[in-house]
Amino acid sequence: MEHFGIWVAAFLTLGIYSFLYRDNPWYKLSEAIFIGISAGYWVVTLFWDNFYGKFWIGRSEDPWLWVGAVLGFLMLLRLIPKIGWISRWPLSFIVGATAGLWMMNYFSSNIMMQVKDTITPLFGVGFTASAYDIVGNIVIAVGTFAGLVYFFFSKEHKGAFGATAKLGIWFIMVTFGASFGYTVMSRMSLLIGRIDFLFGDWLGLIK
Amino acid sequence: MSTRIKEIIVLAFIIVFCVVVYLGKVMGWMQGIEFPAWVSATVLGIVGLSLLWILIRTIGGKLVERRVVFLYVGIAVSLPLFMTLSQKITISHEVQALYNALVELPPGSKVLVSFDYDPASAPELQPMAESFIAECFKRDLKVIMMGLWPQGPQQANMAIEMALTKEGVPSEGIEYGIDYVNLGFQAGYEFVIQRMGSSFKSMFKTDYRGTPYDSIPLVKNVKNFSNIDYSFNLSAGFPGTVEWVQVAVDRYGLKLGGGNTAVQAPTVYPYLRSGQLIGLLGGMSGGAEFELLTHTEAKATKFMLSQSLAHIIVIAFIIIGNVAFFRGGRKSALRGTE
Amino acid sequence: MRKEIPLVITTIVGVVFVIAYFVPHYPFNRMNGWFSDWFSIIQACAIVLGALNLLLISSQKVIKRKEGWGYAAVIIASFFLMTYIGFADGTRFREPGTNFDWMYNRMYIPLSATMYAILAFFVASASYRAFRARNAEATMLLLAAFFVMLGRVPVGDVISGFMPDGYQLSNLASWVMNFPQTAGQRAIMIGIALGLVSTSLRIILGIERAYLGGD
Repeated sequence: MEHFGIWVAAFLTLGIYSFLYRDNPWYKLSEAIFIGISAGYWVVTLFWDNFYGKFWIGRSEDPWLWVGAVLGFLMLLRLIPKIGWISRWPLSFIVGATAGLWMMNYFSSNIMMQVKDTITPLFGVGFTASAYDIVGNIVIAVGTFAGLVYFFFSKEHKGAFGATAKLGIWFIMVTFGASFGYTVMSRMSLLIGRIDFLFGDWLGLIK
Repeated sequence: MSTRIKEIIVLAFIIVFCVVVYLGKVMGWMQGIEFPAWVSATVLGIVGLSLLWILIRTIGGKLVERRVVFLYVGIAVSLPLFMTLSQKITISHEVQALYNALVELPPGSKVLVSFDYDPASAPELQPMAESFIAECFKRDLKVIMMGLWPQGPQQANMAIEMALTKEGVPSEGIEYGIDYVNLGFQAGYEFVIQRMGSSFKSMFKTDYRGTPYDSIPLVKNVKNFSNIDYSFNLSAGFPGTVEWVQVAVDRYGLKLGGGNTAVQAPTVYPYLRSGQLIGLLGGMSGGAEFELLTHTEAKATKFMLSQSLAHIIVIAFIIIGNVAFFRGGRKSALRGTE
Repeated sequence: MRKEIPLVITTIVGVVFVIAYFVPHYPFNRMNGWFSDWFSIIQACAIVLGALNLLLISSQKVIKRKEGWGYAAVIIASFFLMTYIGFADGTRFREPGTNFDWMYNRMYIPLSATMYAILAFFVASASYRAFRARNAEATMLLLAAFFVMLGRVPVGDVISGFMPDGYQLSNLASWVMNFPQTAGQRAIMIGIALGLVSTSLRIILGIERAYLGGD
């Protein structure tokens, strides 16, 4: 079974990679299998972890879980066109909950905490910061401010305001460049992992 | 001979080659390949010279087909796996900070590890998970694992299996339910974290095996985040580190270190700067640095040579593409790459 | 009523979560708990809905013998095989050694990992074809990418080995990530958060109704 398993894994891996040459039935077959087993995987884990593990086991201790179960069932009625409108109720629950939670979380963590860290003494409390930290603090404060000015489109980017926005673009270009560099790193890492499987685990060529 | 027949012949050859090599591996008459240093240097030299030749051709107006780029990427990633060249890995500040926070914990401390990724991100995050858990076991720290992604608990099992084989880990004395536990997965994104803030048990009524929460010695006295001493989140996207910071750190005061894929890492640097994240392992290089700190050199360290060469190849082709652009103008550059 | 009740639900639930942030005591903590539990169950059903929809579309393709119906049949067969094995293995379906675990290790992992890994080739090819230093901003982007790509791997320090300690490519990459990159990232983060907060408020107040769809 171990030998069969590793050949199945290699077959599916190479099937996906065959797309690099051109689109072909081997790739399409591998892709279809992936779609099917992914959907199946999610259904199985959700059934055992959520429906059974959370709702079914917890329903006697916490009867309010039945409300969630009913709302969940109403969600599934979306598949029936005539009564599909009722799925708006659980959908609006999800949207409302997400909106409420995100509004506070993002305001607190992504606005307040970030602004607080930006508006700090540039030279440290009592001029205790090192030259490295002073330069860094200035870069952070100026860069964040300039970047925010760039995103302010209610005023035309002219004069001093425009110059600040221009500086903001430079900082944002550095951000995008770093993101691109890290994206390349990430994709290459994933590829290395698969190549290691093919040449190492499957063919045993890597010592 | 038609293209179709050529393709079939090549495919048949590849299949026969793979079968023979596999049989060689199974029967034992084929050992792994390892390039000596001079071969590695020669191979790298040949790759470098071929790139120079491509650059010269590009300056001459002959552009490269995309399958050649694919071939070079494949070579850049594959060949270093057979090389024995070593590289010096520099430890970055954010990796050191995460490690320092871990080693400060007294024995018996409870560490929550959240596996928020799927197999697609495993090459980057799995080595981090293995070395982190191994370090926890070496220091007698208790590990509580869970996942906000459904594949997380299975990745956690695989990480535990590898961590127990690491040098210095007292694997015989480590027991499930006492030294570590896998609570499994729950759907709900950040609402799971939100609920855990008041009660772990209300979200995870059983562990991943179906054992009731109160029957597990390690967690029966763990009510919420106030009973957790340190948390490490392995994240590949949403939900992940951002949600843990927003809910667990900012609302419940949890101490959190992040292990992120390289795609996500740049986006969490503001949290690192503001102190919401204690430390960060970014991508495979972060994993390699952490392996070095914990003396558990494994896949992340081994893959860094491939990573280095792959980056050089990408940079080389960007430069070559720009040379073509500046030499011939936009039209000829686009025409030549079809 | 088809639109009014959902709007009321959205408002009530949203307001409860906002109040619970400031008053984490009874009754809001209790309601917070209920709503979080219900969210978990409803979200699970939403994902199952997606899977069932996939089955519906694939089945229609097979029944009507549309182009690619064979692959649709493979999707359906794979789905049922995975779910049957998963249900048959019971609550310990994830345990190493089960059939489900075998399918996860030998089919799901290779396919999932390879789907993302193939992007490496396209990233390199796309960079070669499209990444041009057309102007100063693009050049800045390119330079930042080069410094980070070289600085984050050991070869960067090999190339810049002639520089004194603390001034090599790894140090430069670290400085870029911790300072200018963080500044730009923070500006983007704050901007997105401001937009998100205003959109969430509009949703809770019922001004934004696009999520309800048409009648």
